Amino acid sequence: MFIRKMLFASVAAVCITAPLSAMADTAGKKIALSNNYAGNSWRQAMLTSWDKITKDAVAKGVVAAADPFTTAENQATEQAAQIQNLILQGYDAIVVNAASPTALNGAIKEACDAGITVVSFDGIVTEPCAWRIAVDFKAMGESQIEYLAKKLPKGGNLLEIRGLAGVSVDDEIHAGIQAGVQKNPQFKIVGSVNGDWAQDVAQRAVAGILPSLPEIAAVVTQGGDGYGAAQAFAAAKRPTPTFVMGNREDELVWWKQQKDKNGYETMSVSIAPGVSTLAFWVAQQILDGKEVKKDLVVPFLRIDQDNLEANLAKTQKGGVANVEYSLEDAQKVISAAK
Amino acid sequence: MKLSSSAVRLIIPAASLAVLLAAVFYMQPRAMSYTGLNLLFNLAVPIALATVAQMVIMAVNDLDLSMGTFVSFCACVTATFLQASPGTGILIFLGAIAAYAAMGVIIYVRELPAIVVTLGMSFVWGGLAVLILPSPGGTAPGWARWLMTSKPPFVPMAIVASVVIALATHFLIMRSSFGVLIRGAGGNVRSVERAGWSVVKVRAAAYALAGFFAVLSGIALVGLTTSADANIALRYTLLSIAGVILGGGEFVGGKISPIGAVIGALTLALAGSFLSFMRISPDWQIGAQGAILIVVLAMRLFLNRLEKREKSR
Repeated sequence: MFIRKMLFASVAAVCITAPLSAMADTAGKKIALSNNYAGNSWRQAMLTSWDKITKDAVAKGVVAAADPFTTAENQATEQAAQIQNLILQGYDAIVVNAASPTALNGAIKEACDAGITVVSFDGIVTEPCAWRIAVDFKAMGESQIEYLAKKLPKGGNLLEIRGLAGVSVDDEIHAGIQAGVQKNPQFKIVGSVNGDWAQDVAQRAVAGILPSLPEIAAVVTQGGDGYGAAQAFAAAKRPTPTFVMGNREDELVWWKQQKDKNGYETMSVSIAPGVSTLAFWVAQQILDGKEVKKDLVVPFLRIDQDNLEANLAKTQKGGVANVEYSLEDAQKVISAAK
Repeated sequence: MKLSSSAVRLIIPAASLAVLLAAVFYMQPRAMSYTGLNLLFNLAVPIALATVAQMVIMAVNDLDLSMGTFVSFCACVTATFLQASPGTGILIFLGAIAAYAAMGVIIYVRELPAIVVTLGMSFVWGGLAVLILPSPGGTAPGWARWLMTSKPPFVPMAIVASVVIALATHFLIMRSSFGVLIRGAGGNVRSVERAGWSVVKVRAAAYALAGFFAVLSGIALVGLTTSADANIALRYTLLSIAGVILGGGEFVGGKISPIGAVIGALTLALAGSFLSFMRISPDWQIGAQGAILIVVLAMRLFLNRLEKREKSR
């Protein structure tokens, strides 16, 4: 609901704001990344991707600078101060992964008033003057059921593993899964546990609920929990259902083993940390004078049976499958939003 | 010329602020302008108010560990009730200030350690903040936004606000008889009692005053951010304590300096910007901030010792 409201609000804002003046070249422009947190593998991969793509862009003279800044304490007031510093440092665009969707709005407004382009991604901000690159988590949940409907036309019982309770991402993926089940009534969710996006938590939770469940045809997940669930099923000596995976390296390795052993089939879906590079190119395009909608949707990264090996080979041990975006990808996303 | 000890107390924080400011201007000449100064210091205004609140508590020889969550709570109330129905909002704030006064009384009457009581209260405030605003949002009241973003001629709002806060609390705490009582209750309870004052009342008033400043801090913060979040000001607990100490206050009750506290808060905010302009990696930033604190405190200890030597001669 919230996201939808925000969409309407910002579409309205787009209609009001004056058209951007056309600029041909971004070679002299400086872009900064304001990041609130770097303490997990996803964020580390995000920063590495940023570094890789932007260093190349700077070397080729696409932009003058693209510096990442991370706050130390993951606090909104600290990031607000950081953004104000970036304004003073004279950046032309600021790409933000925000600590809070609302608490930075004052600082973001200051930046917009100073003529700075602000692009938020992953952790997006609600300030209407900023651009948002959001993930359609609902569609991500729905895509799992769509895949299962094709693979298991007869349907069956589903076990749903949810994420961290009270976080909006969990609600959205769950809503998507529910919408999918409504469209495909041959599926029935017979059990639901919170796996907190962590393999060990998911394993404990699934092991706890398994004895009370009938035969399970498939397990729908949110990422970071598929491997733990598979372990719980194996320990209980239950037949292996179709686990939808979430692009973590351990999950892909498990899938690969099963595939080699007995031709096991599934799919895997999650957001790529490289979305930071998409935000970078979007900011570059805006600076270049292109007209860009304020709300863009990131495609999520899906791995299927045939490209499993290729993706696994690219994924670091203990990491997350990643994809870095190019200028062309960004242009595609921008034109898709029009 | 002989300097008074309160002047000596002010020299170090003022000098460190000046040095940091000079360094920032050198690294980033853009900061040397009306908008530049405003951007550098506007987020320091709520910190300064929280620091003054903490200072009042420290004046009566206590420590408030719930400052951050209380300011967050006030921010949530500002962005919801105070905006939608100002009457209810003001009533909630009056209730919160009364709760602070009650906290001061309970701590004194039951002889409880303030650290434990305020730590407990921090969970209460945190819980209330989440209840009021379960997901980030709300809107700043128009007047708060106007006040914090207004552009007075010549001097930016952030500086005007800091000076007003510093002078107002200076007269209240250092020049009024009420201030003397508060400092007395922290420095020498017995003499205040013997002089016929009710220490319970003084402490209740001091806590209420701290609550009042913390409420102002929450309102100022929302005026800047435009909306709130239940975790918005968590770092204010430690920042406010550091600000008081940096500004010449001491953990021993009664020894405080309101002007110093405001300068301390500005210095802390500026230290963050300084490190960011220096391009110090975030892994080192907390450590570097700590290092700045240690250097300033070491200088103060050194001055204190000099002062004592002078006196003993």
